[in-house]
Amino acid sequence: MIDSVSTPALAAPAIEVNGLSAGYDGRVVLKDVSFSVRPGEIFFIIGGSGCGKSTLLRHMVGLNPPLSGTVRFLGRPFSQADAKARRELLKTFGMLFQNGALWSSLTLRQNVALPLEEYTTLSPREIDEIASLKLGQVGLSGFGDYYPSEISGGMRKRAGLARALALDPDIVFFDEPSAGLDPVTSRKLDELIRQVRDTFGTTIVVVSHELASIFDLADRVIMLDREQQGIIAEGPPRELAANSRDPRVSEFLHRGDKLA
Amino acid sequence: MAVDPEIPTHAARASAAMAGDTLDVSLAGDWQVTALRPAWLEVVGDRQPAEVRLRAAELGSWDTSLLLFVFAAQEWCRKENVRCDTDALPEKVRRLLGQLTSSHETSVPVDRSENFLTTVGLATQDVGRKARDISNFVGECVLSASRLVRHPKKFRWRDCLEEMQQCGAMALPIVSLVSLLVGVTLAYTGAIVLRQYGGDIYIADLIGLSMVREMGAVMTAVVLAGRTGAAFAATLGNMKANEEIDALEVLGIPAVQFLVLPRLLALGVMMPLLSLYANALGICGGLIVAYGLLSIPGTAFWAEMLTIVDLSDIATGVIKAAAFGQIIGLAGCLRGLQAERSASGVGRAATSAVVTALLLIIVADAIFAVLFNALGL
Repeated sequence: MIDSVSTPALAAPAIEVNGLSAGYDGRVVLKDVSFSVRPGEIFFIIGGSGCGKSTLLRHMVGLNPPLSGTVRFLGRPFSQADAKARRELLKTFGMLFQNGALWSSLTLRQNVALPLEEYTTLSPREIDEIASLKLGQVGLSGFGDYYPSEISGGMRKRAGLARALALDPDIVFFDEPSAGLDPVTSRKLDELIRQVRDTFGTTIVVVSHELASIFDLADRVIMLDREQQGIIAEGPPRELAANSRDPRVSEFLHRGDKLA
Repeated sequence: MAVDPEIPTHAARASAAMAGDTLDVSLAGDWQVTALRPAWLEVVGDRQPAEVRLRAAELGSWDTSLLLFVFAAQEWCRKENVRCDTDALPEKVRRLLGQLTSSHETSVPVDRSENFLTTVGLATQDVGRKARDISNFVGECVLSASRLVRHPKKFRWRDCLEEMQQCGAMALPIVSLVSLLVGVTLAYTGAIVLRQYGGDIYIADLIGLSMVREMGAVMTAVVLAGRTGAAFAATLGNMKANEEIDALEVLGIPAVQFLVLPRLLALGVMMPLLSLYANALGICGGLIVAYGLLSIPGTAFWAEMLTIVDLSDIATGVIKAAAFGQIIGLAGCLRGLQAERSASGVGRAATSAVVTALLLIIVADAIFAVLFNALGL
């Protein structure tokens, strides 16, 4: 049974996941997962290590085919869409990978410019200007000509975010944005995520087990559990921490109180 | 007083004494896993107690070494049906001992063995899957290439030029050396036979024909399979491990279009050029041997060679080289994209790329030999 704290329904969902089962090589990791994310929401997928957070994200964005179930973005089917429709939807979202996943043979400017070159008919000068603007938004002005190997881990993540924002997407996915970062850099990245949402109204989906980020940023969370292979709690994190009767949820979220 | 460094002052000690039917074992000193410790069987000797009581006396620092000793005592007691009393040991020792006992009891080895039929079945499935992967990959490359013909602006020309430099210009020294030496070796081997029949001059035909039709393309392909094919697999495998390929997919940019086609085109252009260059170097190697060993003048060598080598021979070599180039590129890129997301996975992909390329090059060479023979080329 899902431990749920209800929140009022607002606009039509930006993301709808229905009955999604996910896994690799015949091994089922998640079974029958359903949830929706509202436009402009900062939505966290949380849970302990190995519970399937990143697996869920990879299946949502199409990096792995779902075993069953559907994913819809902005009301349009994604997981079962044909190649053309899928490509159109891919334009509407960006993703920041755990280690930035910048293309190592390209400079930061070229990394940010590539999606624009692929999907727009802008002139090289305009693309260059947009790339500089995006790098500036994440605090990397002047680093456009650096290669990923020449900058720190935190800077790589910010550059990855600039690339994810290049096409002004409606939805941005973050896979463990705090992983490998010190607490100060991690909080700065959190602040950047909030700015993106507040400025552009972007829907944000974050996979994380970083409690400070969860309580600081999340409007709503779903919590996954490895044993149950699915969602065990859904709702705003503070309300879940205060009202949840599930000991797994309370234990996970109250460690945050202790840390704070 | 001088202290002998060989004898530790606080070495682990276990002394045993019988008190009625009970064997009282006192543990003392520092128990370190990196130092020597008493053996339980030596401590107990040939005594047959009804109970063993372990206690700490002047116990210094201790680690797993003490646990192993106590565990051995417990196991002996269990086998001999003797009661083992550890209550007098420190609480931490007893707690860790409990963990050691439970891990010992639950650590049943996982049976990963498979019967013969399962192994054969899985291997057969694997062959089918690999064949399907290769045909899918080749098909994807052809479709992407046709899309790029319609939209040439989408092609990564800069990447292609960089790859051309890497697999072409940068390979010149090794290709030069190998080709020259192949020419020299062929000439020496040929000279042994031809001199017996007074046909020294035909060394030019042997060198010219074998280099242009066969050795130029094959030796260049072997060099590039080891050099460029492995590099492609390692680069793409590393990109996969770093999620760079995933980042392309999420952006809707096919990895084949972005990463594979520039490399295939680069090899498609550079392999024939390198092969022609290898032909020239191989012929030069043969010429050096012909002049030095058989005293055949350069002009005579050249004139004789031209009586047998014509444009169709050069064309067959170039066609082979282009095909070998595509094989090297496809094998390298496919293995790179299939690599596991780990350092060892990247290494295996590079090895597999070279082996696959060499195997396919030899198969293709045999097919070409039959085909050109049938066509009268």
